[in-house]
Amino acid sequence: MRDSKRLRSKTFLFACVAILSNVLGNFALSQGMHQFGRFLSVSVLSFLSVLSNLWIASGICLLAVWMLSQLSLLSWADLSYVLPVTAASYVLTAVLGAVALGEDVSIAHWIGIGMIFIGVMIVGRTAPRTAALEPGEPQ
Amino acid sequence: MKWLLVALIIACNTVGDVLNTHGMKRHGEVQDFGLHGIRRLIAALVRNRYVVGGIAAGAVSFVALLMLLSIANLSFAVPATAASYLLETVLAKFILKEQITWKRWAGASLVAGGVALLALH
Repeated sequence: MRDSKRLRSKTFLFACVAILSNVLGNFALSQGMHQFGRFLSVSVLSFLSVLSNLWIASGICLLAVWMLSQLSLLSWADLSYVLPVTAASYVLTAVLGAVALGEDVSIAHWIGIGMIFIGVMIVGRTAPRTAALEPGEPQ
Repeated sequence: MKWLLVALIIACNTVGDVLNTHGMKRHGEVQDFGLHGIRRLIAALVRNRYVVGGIAAGAVSFVALLMLLSIANLSFAVPATAASYLLETVLAKFILKEQITWKRWAGASLVAGGVALLALH
């Protein structure tokens, strides 16, 4: 019982880190890419010049944090748990867009955000892990 | 071009997540999050072929997303990947042997539906 409570708190903490780093990372990348305009070239030089942009560089660092927290989550929780729960990033993106950037959010978008929020809450209340341990797997 | 990139992103995301989950379950629960622990984790991950494959698939998906973001808005690019939620839930059941209760299905469907709604203008 105590172990499952520990797993839940740990899962909650890592889900928060994954969600925040994902939202901020995508925001930074989007800012950076809009400074570049069309980017369909695959030449190494144009790729390197994109990487030197400060927005893009910080976006990539944040997505590295996201990658490590997501992989850590997956080391103890189900994919079918982690995936819907970390979709809270859409809710956060939309709320930040509306509150911080003053973007207009349509009724359809608010309904979509509400659906994601309810989905996150439903899955978030299930046990994070259901798959059996692999034989020989360290506990 | 847009939808070709969307298809590539969904396929690589799905394969990448399934490989990562399998690789991380083989690795076992990550418990040490000090500087030392993180360094050891990264050293173990680069030798874990499932995770390396998963990250490679993720990298392809990432480059495709960068290309898509340069010709389409974030509000098109991100919601277009909604289908991967249901696809990955199906694969989690049959390949990763997770127990998908009705709550998981309901949650994944609500999330996928909600993400798809975000694409509407």
